[in-house]
Amino acid sequence: MIFLQLFITFFKIGLFGFGGGYGMLSLIQQEVVKNHPWMSSADFTDIVAISQMTPGPVGINSATYAGYTALQNTGADPWVCVLGSCVATFSLVLPSLILMLLISRFFMKYADHPKVRAVFDGLRPAVVGLLLAATLMLMNAENFGNPFTEILGHDFGGNPADTKQFAVGVALFVLTFVFTKGFTIGSGDKARKVKIGPIKMIVMAAIVGAVIL
Amino acid sequence: MPEKVPQSKPVQHPSQEPAQASNDVAVSRNIYLDAFLTFFKIGLFTLGGGYAMIPLIEAEIIEKKKWVGKDEFMDLLAIAQSCPGVFAINISIFIGYRLRRVKGAVVSCIGTALPSFIIILLIALFFHQFKDNEIVAAAFRGIRPAVVALIAVPTYNLAKKAKLTWKTAWVPIASALLIWQLGVSPILIIIAAGVVGYLVGRRGTRKVHEVAGIMDEQRKADESVEEEK
Repeated sequence: MIFLQLFITFFKIGLFGFGGGYGMLSLIQQEVVKNHPWMSSADFTDIVAISQMTPGPVGINSATYAGYTALQNTGADPWVCVLGSCVATFSLVLPSLILMLLISRFFMKYADHPKVRAVFDGLRPAVVGLLLAATLMLMNAENFGNPFTEILGHDFGGNPADTKQFAVGVALFVLTFVFTKGFTIGSGDKARKVKIGPIKMIVMAAIVGAVIL
Repeated sequence: MPEKVPQSKPVQHPSQEPAQASNDVAVSRNIYLDAFLTFFKIGLFTLGGGYAMIPLIEAEIIEKKKWVGKDEFMDLLAIAQSCPGVFAINISIFIGYRLRRVKGAVVSCIGTALPSFIIILLIALFFHQFKDNEIVAAAFRGIRPAVVALIAVPTYNLAKKAKLTWKTAWVPIASALLIWQLGVSPILIIIAAGVVGYLVGRRGTRKVHEVAGIMDEQRKADESVEEEK
């Protein structure tokens, strides 16, 4: 029963998704790509890309899209897929609704309690780890191509035809990282910060891909 | 370990007078509709996820509608960001609750999520028709590595903001390796980190207010960068 599975999965993601939309991505990825055979890693990356480019919180966008894709990949009709995204989005929001209402109603006064803050202080470095894991898991052949057939006698199962895609992919990764993070050029009064927004970066990467890949 | 109970009450609690904020609003219009439309607008015009919507929420909720005060909003921000779930949804539930308790919370929450939901559905319904197109497929081969970088950047920023030291840096590295290589569930990592945090206790002196302050500064810095462009 895929709807029940979707409900449980996205409820879990909503309940344990610390660190905002991006922190949630490693959870979503683990659940929908690894734990359930709902989509490929490339499907997931496409979902993240589209969630980035469209308005609204990334978490909601990707849950809606992932729910749709999960059913689409089973060959279901579009309206059944729509139901899938309803279930995914609703169950992602439900834990928030319950928790925030409980906090509003009963626990607001404990928000500054040392023990409560201790728990959040413990979570903070782990959330960094979650994001790091999401990044590492996405650095795979599906997203970058794999040109490596054999290194030091170890078979990597790649295809030499991927060499161009790999080189362009790595270059795009580095450029996007540098420009999205932003950097300062010049010094003193002349210093100015260079930064490009994520949407512009995605559009530029799409153009580069369409032209040379 | 001695526990210090905060003497002042920095976070006001809403549970006692949740409807008070709305008394200031002299609206003859239906407050539910008003809340729904306001959050719908916020959901619709937020590009780039959660934190990008803070200035918009401020303009709409604090300055225009005056549903919550500036200080209270800062407290809510800090709590909403510490809690699990989608940040924008969390904050809309908090503010909706201030207005009309549970019903207000539900209405605001739906208002925030609905634009995303509709837009994504429209895209999902039509995207697969283009997905096999040669050019679209090539474009996505370019997009995918860029998206991985877009996830790497917040990783880097968050690591910087978490003020990791050599003593604590092993935590994210170990958790990432456990998840990535051994397939440990991120949920287990979250639970373990929370429990350890609780047991070790709090050593810093940061308060929610200060966290909100840091976020505010960060945002202003980002805004000034935007303006320069």
